[in-house]
Amino acid sequence: MIDQKKIMSIAQLARLKMSSDEATYYGEQLAKVLTHFDQISKIDTTNVEPLVNPLEADFFDDTAYRADVEKNNFQPEEMLENAPEKMGNLFKVPPVVG
Amino acid sequence: MDLLTASFQDVSHAVKNKQISAVEVTQFFLSRIEKLDPKLNAFTHINKNALKEAAQIDSAVAQGQETGALSGVVFGIKDMLCTKGMPSTAGSKILQGFIPPYDATVVTKLKNAGAVIIGKLNQDEFAMGSSNETSYYGICKNPWDTNFVPGGSSGGSAAAQAARLTMGTIGTDTGGSIRQPSNFCGIVGIKPTYGRVSRYGIISYASSLDQAGPMVSSVSDAANCLEIICGYDESDSTTVKKTVEPFLKNLNSDLKGLKIGLIKEFMLGQSDPDVEKVFSLALAELKKMGAEPVEVSIPLTEFSVPMYYLISASEASSNLARYDGVKYGYRSEFKDLASVRLEDFYSETRSEGFGSEVKRRIMLGTYCLSSGYFDAYYNKACQVRRLLKNQYTEAFKKCDVLFSPVTTSPAFKIGEKSSDPLKMYFNDIFTTSTNLAGLGGMSVPFGMSSQNLPIGVQLTCAPFEEQKILNVAYALENISPVKGKVPSVY
Repeated sequence: MIDQKKIMSIAQLARLKMSSDEATYYGEQLAKVLTHFDQISKIDTTNVEPLVNPLEADFFDDTAYRADVEKNNFQPEEMLENAPEKMGNLFKVPPVVG
Repeated sequence: MDLLTASFQDVSHAVKNKQISAVEVTQFFLSRIEKLDPKLNAFTHINKNALKEAAQIDSAVAQGQETGALSGVVFGIKDMLCTKGMPSTAGSKILQGFIPPYDATVVTKLKNAGAVIIGKLNQDEFAMGSSNETSYYGICKNPWDTNFVPGGSSGGSAAAQAARLTMGTIGTDTGGSIRQPSNFCGIVGIKPTYGRVSRYGIISYASSLDQAGPMVSSVSDAANCLEIICGYDESDSTTVKKTVEPFLKNLNSDLKGLKIGLIKEFMLGQSDPDVEKVFSLALAELKKMGAEPVEVSIPLTEFSVPMYYLISASEASSNLARYDGVKYGYRSEFKDLASVRLEDFYSETRSEGFGSEVKRRIMLGTYCLSSGYFDAYYNKACQVRRLLKNQYTEAFKKCDVLFSPVTTSPAFKIGEKSSDPLKMYFNDIFTTSTNLAGLGGMSVPFGMSSQNLPIGVQLTCAPFEEQKILNVAYALENISPVKGKVPSVY
């Protein structure tokens, strides 16, 4: 069981609203999964470089990138078409600065 | 021409020679969808312009233009891929109503080859699931027995293809999501090597694991489709600059001297007796054809499920941060936007928009990446991932392909595993390590269970060696005891 306070802080980081019943539910489930997954802690990984991508592409190598040329693929109207709410050519959101 | 059995080549050839029109082919499959999909719920959307787009192929043919290797071939696309002008939801409420302004590269490539996109296919929400039960758009059913799941996450693709509502489909595979549903529905599915197929326009789940691939009715259709969708894409820097082989032309069923690796750790009797029976039969046939079995050991496969879930959930928690109700998709209803706190705006929208399995994985991933836990979970899993990849590299020094079951059991009943996440997660025990190591993998049908549900076998190859697994699958398909068998919804 992961305590409620911890779950609530994780939910806050993940931007998920959570009732205390839900927090209890996720606390139990996460604990169960993580306890089971703890078995990997037994494996000796001293000096092993983590593998974050199977290709191990060097993303800082210039040849991995296309030429930095501006393209005008989309019009603002197209980009706004899916907006839940808009105003002119802007996305409408709650106040960002208080 | 019998469109229920015709290959991509047959149809494309006939359309180009005006023996049949792309409109007729499309009409045929639209009627089947209308008649049969209510029993399956494989489709989330039907392309209203499909006939119009087919007519464009026909007029290009009439004008003597080159129309490509998939002329008039009808495809369904997993809802994980963006399709211009057609809803793309990833099976989630949070993307309800989202209509992308562009096509995924895979879709562009299919269209450029003359394929007709007939609609979008059901799936587990954000591809998180093994049964298609987490879709916001309803459960999809297995056409062999509608009390059973079609598998997941590409359940809609597998069900539609098995019932022949499409000529071909595209699925995505992050931990088995092409191979497992193909296995449950008796079709051919291939997950290409990581870096083969562009992920541009594919809704991201776990970026270091996701790959799209064909889910089709035959090995030659798989080879045909694969060579069309593969290749470097400047819009995805993880695609490789490598010449794409002519997989279809190179298909060869001669297996003499080919070394078939059997993973010791997968042979521990953890599978259903029906699965073991089909596997042994296929192995005996491979030996008869001159292939040589070799035992290999990849001990870390034992830890592939925890490794997979720690890594994929971590990547997902980051990838899914983009769904915030601002630019597209679902937004909670707020009476007075001006008085809403920004943080509440995000968290309300996300809590209402995501389903419980997705939330569970976002929570797991956020936990694994959070300060104080990062080293113990995410980083540790990535270190073990390197060791696992090294073990695979060693194994492929001793054999050409790896051979195993796809899953421990055939399709399970709807509702049977949905209440226990761990039980569901361990369904992926034979498939996830392929994605972790970035290999190619394939599922090909080879038998039936005592309950008359399909069972396939899995082939795995070293990076970029897809031709080898295609060839073995081709040889097996030729002698498959279930060749030509069709499901009850057909």
